[in-house]
Amino acid sequence: MNFERVTRGEKLSTVKATAVQYAILALMLALTAGLWRLQVLGAENFKALAEQNRIRKVPVLAARGKLFDRENRLIVDNYPSVSCFLVREQNRNVDADLPLIARGLHLDVEQLRATLRRFRAAPGYQPIPIKQDVTADEQAFIEAHRNELPELETIEGERRLYPRDGFASHVIGYVGEVSEEDLNQTRYAAYEPGDVVGKGGIEEMYDQLLRGQDGSRDVIVDSHGREVGYLGTQHAQPGKELRLTIDNDLQRAAELALGNRNGAIVAMDPRNGEILALVSRPSFDPNAFAVRIDRSEWNKLITDPDHPLMNKAIQAQLAPGSTFKILMSVAGLQEGIAQDLKVTCSGGWGPYGFYHHCDEKHGAVDIHNAIPFSCDTYFYQLGDRLGINKIAQYATQFGYGQKTGIDLPGEQAGLMPSAQWLMKNYHRRWYPDETLDVAIGQGAVEATPLQLARIIGGIASGGHLVRPHLVFPDQLPAEFRKDLLETLPGSGEVNIPIDPENWNVITDGMAEVTQPGYFHTAGSAHLEGIDLAGKTGTAQLMSHEALGRTNKGHNTRPNVWFVGLTPRRNPELVVAVLWQNGEFSYYPARLGARVVSAYVEKQRRLAHNLMPPKTPAARPVEVGAVWTTPGATTADTARLHAGRFFVGDAGVISQSRAASLSRPASKLASPMQGRQTHLPSQLGIAVPIKPWKAN
Amino acid sequence: MSPGRRLMSFRDFDWALLGMVTLLCTISVLEIYSATLHTKYIGFHTKQIYWIAGGVIAMFIFSKIDYHKLIDWVPWAFGVSLVSLVAVKLVGTKVLGARRWVKIGPMHFQPSEWVKLILILAVARYFANLGGRSLTWKDIAKSFALVGLPMMLVLVQPDMGTALTYTPILIAGLFLGGINLRQGLILMICGSFLIAGVWTSGKILKPYQKARLTSFINPDDDPKGSGYQIRQSLIAVGSGGVWGKGAAKGTQTQGDFLPIPHADFIFAAFSEEHGFVGAVFVLLLYFFILMRLIQNAQTAADLPGSLIIMGIVAVLTFQIAVNVGMVIGFMPVTGIPLPLMSYGGSSVLFTFLALGVAMNIRMRRFVN
Repeated sequence: MNFERVTRGEKLSTVKATAVQYAILALMLALTAGLWRLQVLGAENFKALAEQNRIRKVPVLAARGKLFDRENRLIVDNYPSVSCFLVREQNRNVDADLPLIARGLHLDVEQLRATLRRFRAAPGYQPIPIKQDVTADEQAFIEAHRNELPELETIEGERRLYPRDGFASHVIGYVGEVSEEDLNQTRYAAYEPGDVVGKGGIEEMYDQLLRGQDGSRDVIVDSHGREVGYLGTQHAQPGKELRLTIDNDLQRAAELALGNRNGAIVAMDPRNGEILALVSRPSFDPNAFAVRIDRSEWNKLITDPDHPLMNKAIQAQLAPGSTFKILMSVAGLQEGIAQDLKVTCSGGWGPYGFYHHCDEKHGAVDIHNAIPFSCDTYFYQLGDRLGINKIAQYATQFGYGQKTGIDLPGEQAGLMPSAQWLMKNYHRRWYPDETLDVAIGQGAVEATPLQLARIIGGIASGGHLVRPHLVFPDQLPAEFRKDLLETLPGSGEVNIPIDPENWNVITDGMAEVTQPGYFHTAGSAHLEGIDLAGKTGTAQLMSHEALGRTNKGHNTRPNVWFVGLTPRRNPELVVAVLWQNGEFSYYPARLGARVVSAYVEKQRRLAHNLMPPKTPAARPVEVGAVWTTPGATTADTARLHAGRFFVGDAGVISQSRAASLSRPASKLASPMQGRQTHLPSQLGIAVPIKPWKAN
Repeated sequence: MSPGRRLMSFRDFDWALLGMVTLLCTISVLEIYSATLHTKYIGFHTKQIYWIAGGVIAMFIFSKIDYHKLIDWVPWAFGVSLVSLVAVKLVGTKVLGARRWVKIGPMHFQPSEWVKLILILAVARYFANLGGRSLTWKDIAKSFALVGLPMMLVLVQPDMGTALTYTPILIAGLFLGGINLRQGLILMICGSFLIAGVWTSGKILKPYQKARLTSFINPDDDPKGSGYQIRQSLIAVGSGGVWGKGAAKGTQTQGDFLPIPHADFIFAAFSEEHGFVGAVFVLLLYFFILMRLIQNAQTAADLPGSLIIMGIVAVLTFQIAVNVGMVIGFMPVTGIPLPLMSYGGSSVLFTFLALGVAMNIRMRRFVN
């Protein structure tokens, strides 16, 4: 620059002017450096931030996979529903709007605040779900307040629709918002606050498959969250539909049979472990959880002394009572002790100083009537001879005290005591007297209904024990199946050979249980024409003496069991019934019988309704026959006819030769002559001549 | 005809300066157009054109008025300024909690803007009258009072940003008017103590002012308030990269993430859309404009002329430094407009009037 020298008058100091120039230069350089830092060095970072600013991902919710029964009938459906989300704007404080929002959406302000607090740490572009299943008038409220409440946004999705009245609720489970505790667990690592997850039952176990993958709609927004552009959509992947092994008809029969009694029913196919029905009572309505359960309703559920949320079929661990005698019989027979054990029951036995009662004075008892009589005296002595270690060995082998590995969350293992167990946990020796209690399924023995179904069904199947399951495994991805088997270690599928002789003795004994007969414990559950075998059980909660001293209230009554099978050997169906405080064991036996008869009736009905099996038709056979006209009384009409026919599966196909042996000569044709179809059977003297050579 | 009139011609008008200023104003109008495209401020670029046109006319008119006359009138103008500042406090229009504007007819004026120009003239007059001799403490105190009085009146509006722009006028006057090193150091030390005292007293500065002044250091401390503005500004500038996103394509600007992108944050909007290259080009323009003005100051016929131009340079430099510094996160958010770029009638008018005075001083450099 050209700095002219000014000489006239007082003037600006050149040194100072130059200093100012350098100061300005330095300032400009500093500002340039600042721009360099941001625009050249930090460009990538700031570009990413700018993108984050302008792109909002509006979730597209994936429809959850539906559930079907084994015959592809719908159990759990979805229905379209609108959810309301709160979109946080960076420079708008929504706190002031909360009371209005709460009023319009019928929410509790405090609850709403708590929801917002939970999402404080979430990234700003993530919308906060504040209300599911918005009703029509709430939707109208949101529309009407678009300007005052621009932060509200509605998203359409699908919600769960469960069967009414808690049908199969313990099988299905329910869905709800993922809780904060869950989010801290590793298995929920991929979930975000506000996600809907399965809780309990199939919904929880198969959540990963059922939930699908939420998509998103990427929109360009301005700082007010207004959509000003659209980038694209990542489509939601709907969840996998699952076919359950449940048979709706049998499930309904089991639900009706159990009614509102406190207990559980499990029906399983012991050949493959498919659960056909699973009921637990009291029940709950999973639909109540589908949105957000009412606090009071929740409190009612968790404080109910009968535990509605507990799946008693897999979680109730109770003394199996006399149903344990089946295992005792297996042990006794396999060890060669029971065959020769003959006992005289005089109402109890007590070699160790304590007298152990039997319900009756059965008189002479051996293994054949010990099961139908459920004679305690016999099993006291059998147990005494076997000893606790042998009993525990067999019981453990067959699965007592272990989970079955069913694909439901929260299964309990039950308990099988042994000398080691007692030493380990109570640091004392096992007294032989204690074996007597174990021998009749009391003492410390505990089992779940599902365990009993698996064990007794397995024994009746000749020692083939299965792993119970609710979902046909062929629908599952291999990886998922492997994980499932690993996370659910159970006694699984095993084969324990039982001597066929012993097998017959035990299954025949079980068949006798439901036959009418004096001392037979479940004679009243007899089903005419159905081979129903089973075993009852009564697990006393208090000793006879103690019971005598108390008021005989509801909850002092014994828990009663029944495990039923049909047919007695290699059964197709095993049903375990638990009725807590049910008092008499033939009560559950009748419930079990209802389930069994529902099953058998359905099978028979199906057999008649179904198309005939497509086996290749047998070749027609040529037969010769002689006959008279049916119903002929006078000698005149009683003529003898003869003819040859081709007979196939469906009856006579054709007459190969005209009736030739008609005497007197058939001027008048027999009225039946044209309808030979019936004739040979009426006479029953069809003689095969030679196979018809067809084709 | 006076000899001055004869010797003064538009041949001596600073066409180079006017060219650079016009270029900057063109950039400004285009950027205001781009930044307001999707906002309720759409159409402000035409308003800005009117302001600029008015400013240019005012500049020519002022360039014809002998600056000595202006200096003669300054005591009167100064008095009127004080009255108008008091008036604005009493009857002004309240916008966002501060009374800064007076309504005259259809237009709103911010008296604090043109008080700046009067203050420049007053300070120049004051120091020129001292005749270049060494300053006594009494002189310094008087100059403080001269600037301090209007500053206080603006501060109570409250408009801290504009009030701060008065300080460079005083500093430039003192520096060029003959303050010595010892006095300067003492003043700096006193000033530091004063600032520290004001900061810690907790009474003079309102909490929101304090928050604004500190949030630029760590914008995340106050992500909803002024920190948000700083943050969005940094994102805008940074994401512009070297070449920018293109005119009207800045996502921060167009998406309304950047606050007031046509006024205080216009430099951020410009940097986003035109990148490092564009931003540096604008800084260079400013640099040349300032250098040209300093040259004019040096060639001025007398000390008052030089001091007036240096006062203008001081104000413009201060505003550029504070505004661009704010945009790139070096300075707090103070609401000081970027001269010749930011939208705003008062600011445009002040700048052009100041340039008019500078033109006049240049055209009279051979007159005495």
